[in-house]
Amino acid sequence: MKYTQLTPTQVQSMLKVIGVVTIRDLFSGVRDEHMLDKPLAVPPGISELELLADCQALAGRNRDLTQSVCFLGGGSYDHFVPTLVDHLAMQGEFLTAYTPYQAEASQGVLQAFFEFQTMICRLTGMDVSNASLYEFATAAAEAVTMSLSVTGRNRVLVADNVHPDTRAVIDTYARQRGVEVAVVASKGGVVDEAALAAALDDDVAAVLVQSPNFFGCVERLDRIVPAIRASGALALVSFDPLAGGVLKPPGAFGADIVVGEGQALGIPPQYGGPYLGLLACREEYLRKIPGRVVGVTHDKNGRRGFCLTLQTREQHIRREKATSNVCTNQGLLAMRASVYMAAMGRRGIEKVASMCLDKSHYAAERISAIKGYRLRFAAPFFKEFVVQTDRDVPALLARCRKLGILAGVPLGRFDEQYADCFLVAVTEKRTKTDIDRLCDALGERQ
Amino acid sequence: MSHVPRTRQINHPLLFEQGAPGLSAAALPESDVPAVKRDGVIPKELLADAPPTLAELGELDVVRHYTRLAHRCFSIDANFYPLGSCTMKYNPRINERVAAMPGFAMLHPWQEDEDVQGLLEMLYRLRVWLAEIAGLAEVTLQPAAGAHGEMTGLMIVNAYHRRRGESRPNVVVPDSAHGTNPATCTACGCAQIKIKARDDGRLDLEDLRANVDESTAALMITNPNTVGIFDNQIDRIAEILHAKGAQLYLDGANMNAVLGIVRPGDFGVDVMHYNTHKTFSTPHGGGGPGAGPVAVAEHLRPFLPVPQVVKRDDGTFAWDHDRPQSIGKVRSFFGQIGVLVRAYAYIRANGCDGLKDASEKAVLAANYVAARLKDRYHMPFPPPYAHEFITIPKFGDSKVTETDIAKRLIDHGVHPPTMSWPIHHCLMIEPTETESLASLDHFVSAMLEIADEIENDPQTVRDAPHTTPVGRLDEVGANRKPLVCWRELRTTNGE
Repeated sequence: MKYTQLTPTQVQSMLKVIGVVTIRDLFSGVRDEHMLDKPLAVPPGISELELLADCQALAGRNRDLTQSVCFLGGGSYDHFVPTLVDHLAMQGEFLTAYTPYQAEASQGVLQAFFEFQTMICRLTGMDVSNASLYEFATAAAEAVTMSLSVTGRNRVLVADNVHPDTRAVIDTYARQRGVEVAVVASKGGVVDEAALAAALDDDVAAVLVQSPNFFGCVERLDRIVPAIRASGALALVSFDPLAGGVLKPPGAFGADIVVGEGQALGIPPQYGGPYLGLLACREEYLRKIPGRVVGVTHDKNGRRGFCLTLQTREQHIRREKATSNVCTNQGLLAMRASVYMAAMGRRGIEKVASMCLDKSHYAAERISAIKGYRLRFAAPFFKEFVVQTDRDVPALLARCRKLGILAGVPLGRFDEQYADCFLVAVTEKRTKTDIDRLCDALGERQ
Repeated sequence: MSHVPRTRQINHPLLFEQGAPGLSAAALPESDVPAVKRDGVIPKELLADAPPTLAELGELDVVRHYTRLAHRCFSIDANFYPLGSCTMKYNPRINERVAAMPGFAMLHPWQEDEDVQGLLEMLYRLRVWLAEIAGLAEVTLQPAAGAHGEMTGLMIVNAYHRRRGESRPNVVVPDSAHGTNPATCTACGCAQIKIKARDDGRLDLEDLRANVDESTAALMITNPNTVGIFDNQIDRIAEILHAKGAQLYLDGANMNAVLGIVRPGDFGVDVMHYNTHKTFSTPHGGGGPGAGPVAVAEHLRPFLPVPQVVKRDDGTFAWDHDRPQSIGKVRSFFGQIGVLVRAYAYIRANGCDGLKDASEKAVLAANYVAARLKDRYHMPFPPPYAHEFITIPKFGDSKVTETDIAKRLIDHGVHPPTMSWPIHHCLMIEPTETESLASLDHFVSAMLEIADEIENDPQTVRDAPHTTPVGRLDEVGANRKPLVCWRELRTTNGE
């Protein structure tokens, strides 16, 4: 299958216009010994029909979420995606546009990204947002970099109940730049406020906490954020934007930078990507923000328009002095999230959040009533929680899988001390029947 | 240009300027479980006082909003898009169909490997093919975009040197490099040693030799280079670096010119990244998502990010986390899977023959357009060109700039080329292989017409565009007083 559309006759006439005889003549800058003298070891091309069969065969060997009841979370969630999202965000004009450098030819995406930034500000309670980053872990790493630049300090604290991938990526980035990363312990599923207070000193550039955290617990941001800020460090909070439907956003407690994952906003799980990194901050840090930012402006007739702005922060202008090397971000995912938020609206987002809260609490109550099961933490939670069991976790989860239930993420994967625990997420898509089936499966004798 | 009275301006309203309180396009069922008392389960200090102030629209108005916005965008689907260094080729629709299959789109990243064998096999095949196309030993699929791939590649280089007990803080970058190269150096804690490329973007070997020593970690180079010329001294460049123990990093932005024709690994490249959204036709989406797989030579394999998709002896596929010398994770989970699925479909459909044909046609198209323009537009470098070329328009005393020409092209339904980089006042034109001859000829006619206008009616060019929903925008003003979040509603709601 070739996607070219020049006929052999046209090729000949084009070569003639150029003034050469063969296509090889166009590669005269390449020395003969560099030319590949055999075909690539890639299978020869196939038709659309054959490609479809090939991909269907591969897809058929995966057990997808439409064939199971999914209680998996841990950074990726099976939320409902309204029909409008695929139909509107995936329109060819959005799908096949480039980064909107040419504002006059890109008003549609620019306006959509401006609206996206505004909606993210409203869900996080922050002043300004960029137009997306890759995903939650790199967004957090970028926020750490920002905090070093704002404070001139070189040490950051990360709570140990932040998503393990976020912590891993921060470590990878920090090793390159000689940044010191220290861990703040958690207790009972949430940040140990005494440990945090003891760790804060004049050297700390920033503290990253996540709420709801990796265990699903909601942190006491009302106390943690002011404590961090009082030390002169920046408070970085990783947040689930959907939780903004019922929870007070981090901005309300004075957070400096909010990062997060926008996957819950209309993006299918897709085995972990592409997702949508969020980064919003206080206005005073606007010129330190990484990535694209869209602003409002006007043309010479006073008509409102939108354009990429503050580009002097960016790598294509500022080069080695740029705030980040991020170039291509996640435009199409920001578009999906925008359509999602527009479709849901103020009431819809509250309803989704409220259903997550109700259903996860119903599930938690029912599971903890089963003999041999209990909630690992007493801390408040939003849509997921940790279950501790007397049973063998891998065997238990394997048995549930056979019954068509993805019962949870085994936490022994991340930390041996949680080998008897699994993480259960309950979204608005799960029905009472689904939850009851989960409980029946968990309660069955081994 | 005719004056449009303010009262008749057709701004498309923001979401926040539409709708009415209480509206929503979301039809969610009533909850089938008992409602919790919110302040019984969450401390009241942490509960929102009111729902977030999102817009409130009915379903039809949401549809109209985004449909109208879509009509205000140039795209490959609707327009010729010769944006140099961005490879705006056709994005096959079959790839969208494949990526949307529930067997790929509806997989959870924490599912067991045995439940995702089809996907893992696809990713494994893709990583093997990408290594073959590069002529290198192994590929990681984890990086999220080209710039992220650069960062991953440089981290691998740094880890390699550290492993050998060497401190090599410097990275040599030609001044003609993409801006992401120097920004990546900074992000990786390296110092950038700038060297001047010759006018045609090729490196001066003596100058390179003078700037490479035992403190050099790597040279970052683009080949074909950023002015669209293949640097045939690339193997000698590699020799200069390797003699000092430094690594040759290739920015793969221009791989669309050489698929199946030359392989970077065969001329001494140690590490490179791809941009799947350029070379392998995954859609740009208005600025992402991309994916930036990184290919490395044998000696750099131990340092690739974890986890890596592998084929076990029993023929099954798995994620290998056991790579003790790895740089670690550069992204959550496994990478931009949905993008990689599209790249797989593209490479599988084209095959070895189709990929080579694509590069040949891309180079043919660029050289054809250049040949047709050369009498009216100055070509600073002699042909042949790779898949893109640079021209400096003949402005004369018209006061027209390259920006004006770019904006005037919009009136012809053509997306502007890349402007003013890497040479002042230039246009960088990359037609790609998927355009028809008629489309290339339409572009040539538009460019020739504009050349006439520059001579006869420069004001029309300078006032362009004339056909867009807004005229030329005040970007300087937007920078001076940035308004990046709409605040009117907050005020009117008294919040």
